[in-house]
Amino acid sequence: MNDIKVIVGLGSCGIAAGANKVYNKLLDIQESENLTFDLKKTSCIGMCYREPLVEIIDENGSYMYGDIDADKAAEIIEKHVKNHEPIKDYVVKADTFKTVDNTFTDDQVKIVLRNCGYIDPEKIEEYEAREGYEAMKNIAKNGTSRLDIIQTILDSGLRGRGGGGFPTGLKWKFANANKSDEKYIICNADEGDPGAFMDRSVLEGDPHSVIEGMIIGAYAIEASGGVIYCRAEYPLAIKRLEIAIKQARERGYIGKDIFGIKGFDLDIYIKEGAGAFVCGEETALIASIEGERGMPRRRPPFPAASGLWKQPTNINNVETLADIPWIINHGAEEFAKYGTDKSKGTKVFALAGKIKRSGLAEVPMGMTIRDVIFKIGGGIQNDKKFKAVQMGGPSGGCIPEHLLDTIVDYDSVNATGAIMGSGGMVVMDEDTCMIDVAKFFLNFTKQESCGKCTFCRIGTKRMLEILTRITEGDGKEGDIEKLEELAYQIKDSSLCGLGQTAPNPVLTTIKYFRHEYEAHIHDKKCEAKACTKLLTYEVVAENCTGCTICAINCPTNAIDGGRKEVHFIRQDACIQCGACFTKCKFDAIKIY
Amino acid sequence: MRITRINTVTAEVELDKVDLASIDSLIDKYRSKKGNMIPILQGVQAVYGYLPREAFDKVSKETTLELSDMYGVATFYSQFRLAPVGKHIIKVCHGTACYVQNAKSLTTALQDRLKIKDGETTPDNLFTLESVACLGCCSLAPVIMVGDETFGKLTGDSAVKIIRDIKRQNQ
Repeated sequence: MNDIKVIVGLGSCGIAAGANKVYNKLLDIQESENLTFDLKKTSCIGMCYREPLVEIIDENGSYMYGDIDADKAAEIIEKHVKNHEPIKDYVVKADTFKTVDNTFTDDQVKIVLRNCGYIDPEKIEEYEAREGYEAMKNIAKNGTSRLDIIQTILDSGLRGRGGGGFPTGLKWKFANANKSDEKYIICNADEGDPGAFMDRSVLEGDPHSVIEGMIIGAYAIEASGGVIYCRAEYPLAIKRLEIAIKQARERGYIGKDIFGIKGFDLDIYIKEGAGAFVCGEETALIASIEGERGMPRRRPPFPAASGLWKQPTNINNVETLADIPWIINHGAEEFAKYGTDKSKGTKVFALAGKIKRSGLAEVPMGMTIRDVIFKIGGGIQNDKKFKAVQMGGPSGGCIPEHLLDTIVDYDSVNATGAIMGSGGMVVMDEDTCMIDVAKFFLNFTKQESCGKCTFCRIGTKRMLEILTRITEGDGKEGDIEKLEELAYQIKDSSLCGLGQTAPNPVLTTIKYFRHEYEAHIHDKKCEAKACTKLLTYEVVAENCTGCTICAINCPTNAIDGGRKEVHFIRQDACIQCGACFTKCKFDAIKIY
Repeated sequence: MRITRINTVTAEVELDKVDLASIDSLIDKYRSKKGNMIPILQGVQAVYGYLPREAFDKVSKETTLELSDMYGVATFYSQFRLAPVGKHIIKVCHGTACYVQNAKSLTTALQDRLKIKDGETTPDNLFTLESVACLGCCSLAPVIMVGDETFGKLTGDSAVKIIRDIKRQNQ
């Protein structure tokens, strides 16, 4: 039993799903029965839809068990660990046989997520055992020049994974060219896009890969200060980063004359963000580190010339940095093997919304969106009809069904009006109203606008008012045109990415779902039945048993009818709250 | 812009209730560091649960930070609060994934149950209800976070049950 490994996934999602209870149960059993299996922790394994996950590795390979609770965990120990009989019903992925969930992993290529789910993120030796810190050690050993490193990154074709898509090598080249005694490298871990969680998973699951990426970057641009700007909403990521930094410092990977390179000093510390979406913007992030309101500054000067404390500064996203050590270890060609002409490598997508298998999927650039959603993601929940996928968060847009064969690379996704963004894919089905979606994002950008540029500050508010009016049945002729006009004005007159992209959700929904806008404005109808004020509730006479439950629950007493009589809703008194619909047990309330 | 936050009523807290000595070490630690404003405010909030007016005054007196700058920063970031909060802060995620999975119904159910609006605290000081942007647990949407604990795949009823359980534990 000594050589059987039992590994529990303890990422944020796993813990929220009850993984700690499973781990404690396993620990209990191990201690009370004096068992010798190797109980280990890891972080996010990616199959979030099956959390809590427990992996057993025995002489035949790996068995991933999904949807595990304390009882099932005990059963697995009894049958699999003690008696070598895997419980196939609970297995979601195995080396020796196929399961329905194989399609989730078959087409994935793990570069960024190479260690996530494989190592205990709180143990540096487990990272080191999987090529960890090798890249930087080799650079030191071979005396690789700074420009050679930058050339490798340029050759790999790596582009910024935070959404901008700017070539990382070029960014480093600029920062390297600006001479100064004091330079900074910043890791942007302020993952603010609602619907994206890949950075959190990397930080929780493999913090050392990000730190090593920063060390290599710091060496390449000659930086001596490193800052990880991390969202305060990610307490577990911050905790694991702190542990990782401490371990790296003990090993001499951070500090003075590191990796034996004389004069290569680097200190890395964590700066907790205080909750402002705009701080994902480089210049706003710098202002925030300096302790000010996170408002963007004018560019030029670009951070590469004058950034943090007015010194040359390079900012990279978490996923970008996690790619770096792999590229150095395996070479630029190996990385560039994956992807399309202009977008190389892989991209991690966070699948969420009305999709069967939500979780993290790392795929080579160039795969179609259809394959990501239907093959890897397993399609739509409850087998409903696909309506749109939202990519790029509040800066992105909604991609409709007829564009599902668009491939994932920066340029193809941009051409649809959405953006690649940080890689959030929120899937929507027929029950989602696209105007309501646009309203949701506008409400977000309106709140998160820092207020510096007038069009962004007031324009987003005006657009939100129009959208609210449309969803409440007060839409007017000309509203669509007014929205478009405002959208272009905001895009043209905003300083930073937030304002320049804030109207995208509205523009793409108008472009692809104009008929829904028109139905709301002209016919006062919401086909998704999401805009409550546009709905009409009626009693279906043949189903009504006269149980009176709807009448009792109606807050405006708009329902007439005595016991065992067919009820009737007075439309003039109905406020479309839907209470009757949710309370009725006989399907006797119809919405249209 | 978060206009609503600027309008937040600052609570009248009696001076003797706010033990200002408890932030002395914090001020010492950050006094001379550059970029110290946000860490100081975060530290103050960690001590009191919010940013009391008296603490603003003390920090500005003992450091080079201006009162107006601190107020500017405190009202800019969503993390900072100018009024005391309840013992348990309920954060209802309104990120995209949660929105698509009907997070609205959670907020409505919790509001009905606690009889407070978004951003308010119950009269017994047990709960504060907040809507937040993404908590990053999108695959478990819709999600709420109570303290540091996350609960996923909720409905209005199951969210209310969590609150009921916490309330019972506090009795």
